[in-house]
Amino acid sequence: MAAPVIETKAGERVAPVAPAPRKRRGLAVHLAHYKWLYLLLLPGVLYFAVFRYAPMYGVVIAFKDYVPFLGINESPWVGFQHFQDFFANPDFGRLLGNTLILAFLNLGIAFPLTIVLALLLNEVRLSILKRTVQTLVYIPHFLSWTIVASLSFLLFALDIGPMFHFINGLLGTDIDFLSDPAWFRPLIILQEIWKNTGWGTIIFLAALAGVDQDQYEAAIIDGAGRFRRVWHITLPGIRSTIIVMLILAIGQMLNTGFEQIYLMTNALNRGVADVFDTYVYFVGITQGAYSYSTAVGLFKSLVGIVLIFGTNWVAKRFNQSGLF
Amino acid sequence: MKIHNTRGGRIFDAANYVFLTAIGVITLLPFVYVFAGSFANEAEITRRAFFVWPEQFSFASYEYIFSTPSFVRALVTTVLVTAVGTVVQLIFTVTMAYPLAKRNLRGRQLILSLVVFAMVFSGGMIPTFLLVKELGLLNSYWALILPAAINPFSLIIIKNFFQELPAELEESAKMDGATEVGILWRIILPLSKPVLATFALFYAVGIWNDFMSPLLYLSDNSKWTLQMYLRQVTAASDLLGTGDVDPNYIPPAQGIKFAVIVVATLPILLFYPFLQKHFAKGMLIGSVKG
Repeated sequence: MAAPVIETKAGERVAPVAPAPRKRRGLAVHLAHYKWLYLLLLPGVLYFAVFRYAPMYGVVIAFKDYVPFLGINESPWVGFQHFQDFFANPDFGRLLGNTLILAFLNLGIAFPLTIVLALLLNEVRLSILKRTVQTLVYIPHFLSWTIVASLSFLLFALDIGPMFHFINGLLGTDIDFLSDPAWFRPLIILQEIWKNTGWGTIIFLAALAGVDQDQYEAAIIDGAGRFRRVWHITLPGIRSTIIVMLILAIGQMLNTGFEQIYLMTNALNRGVADVFDTYVYFVGITQGAYSYSTAVGLFKSLVGIVLIFGTNWVAKRFNQSGLF
Repeated sequence: MKIHNTRGGRIFDAANYVFLTAIGVITLLPFVYVFAGSFANEAEITRRAFFVWPEQFSFASYEYIFSTPSFVRALVTTVLVTAVGTVVQLIFTVTMAYPLAKRNLRGRQLILSLVVFAMVFSGGMIPTFLLVKELGLLNSYWALILPAAINPFSLIIIKNFFQELPAELEESAKMDGATEVGILWRIILPLSKPVLATFALFYAVGIWNDFMSPLLYLSDNSKWTLQMYLRQVTAASDLLGTGDVDPNYIPPAQGIKFAVIVVATLPILLFYPFLQKHFAKGMLIGSVKG
């Protein structure tokens, strides 16, 4: 009871001093003057309130036992119960392992390949060849994951896919790429490389264009060959870009791309295919465990935030320019 | 710049050119195969493991899919949703970007901060799904359009573009008694056509390619979009562990899969020259801001 009284008292004491009425009239005049602008702003503000901020509020169901007919507010609180259940669940270790393995394969294979491709393109002095190759390798970026998955199903299909025939002719063995769990990760990485490596070079090519050309001439005079110039001038020249892209990639590590993984998941490879994103879908949407799956999603987001700030901190510790 | 090329350098160049050409060709091969296959007859697809040119041209696959009502419906649905969705999303984005470009508007900084915050944090799949459900948008095409109505990156880039337009244009229009809405409609938008075209493409590609929204929000398969249809046609039924395909399902002939993929890809390839030009620029703008 004490708090409101103090507030009222403070309000009464402050009110006569502050030029509140004039300020309020100023705001009213401002609003009236710009009424059209505020009206234009309205749909956008409503969009952010409803479709961006309401779901953020909806995250509270991770700490509740959400019952649809009670609604978010009336559902009972359960504290960290869902998080405890998740950590105790054997699924947790499997999901974490699968997610991290895919993330490291991406960081260890797809990420360096992007830089290598950019370096190779940068060495091309025949501009027609450079532009043609760029045009070709950018195409897959614009295709949906559904198309990428469909192409994979056709190319790698058991008995009929061209890749099946190719490997069969080469090694004499039949490989069931699509349902053998051992081939799930290689296929995912292959898709990622095919779809995004070319497009990823854009940023690095822009950075490469900014490397000081005089340094190359000096290095040539000093007798440095092609590879030594790349090693001592080109790579240090784009180091900050590489670090920024690496921080971004690590921050996105747990976002394994729901569509891609979901489309390649089947009954036989679930053991290696399940990652946080698809688990949230299977448990939340298809099984209706809304609160539990929201807790899983929230856990994943929090780890993602820690990762991005953590990498940024490490990058700064090593005297590199961080992201922020 | 003149570079004295050594023998090793020339060998490297030759190897590099061959390698990059190979990369380009390999990137394209899956497409060429599917494109060629869509014009071949079923016997040839079964007989030849890989080909880039059919021995006998056949339009049977296309005749089949275009006489299949569920395919035609999915195609028409997707075209309409993409067209309406692009317009709606562009309107939402432009009407919000324009006031935010006015530096003296009160509350502008707060709103911009909230927009940036929403770029970093989101409610996630389940809370967004529950919201769409609460709003009664399940099995409605609006569920494919409204939750993604404004892309915060696009909003900020369009806002910055508006900010850089010369202020004199507006002042003279104001003297002539034009309202803010009139200025936006008659002066700002015509000047912004190239930028708006770029973001219209951005939104259109997003809606056309979207698989997650229809998967989450459209359970009624008579409402499926092309991406959902494609998924059903190309995934062999025995591989699906998700239970969304009926067990009596007979996998369609290969040629039909090829033709559906070509139809789903064609619009993207037709717009590709514009996409490549504008998106590359957009990606660099985004990275400079970030």
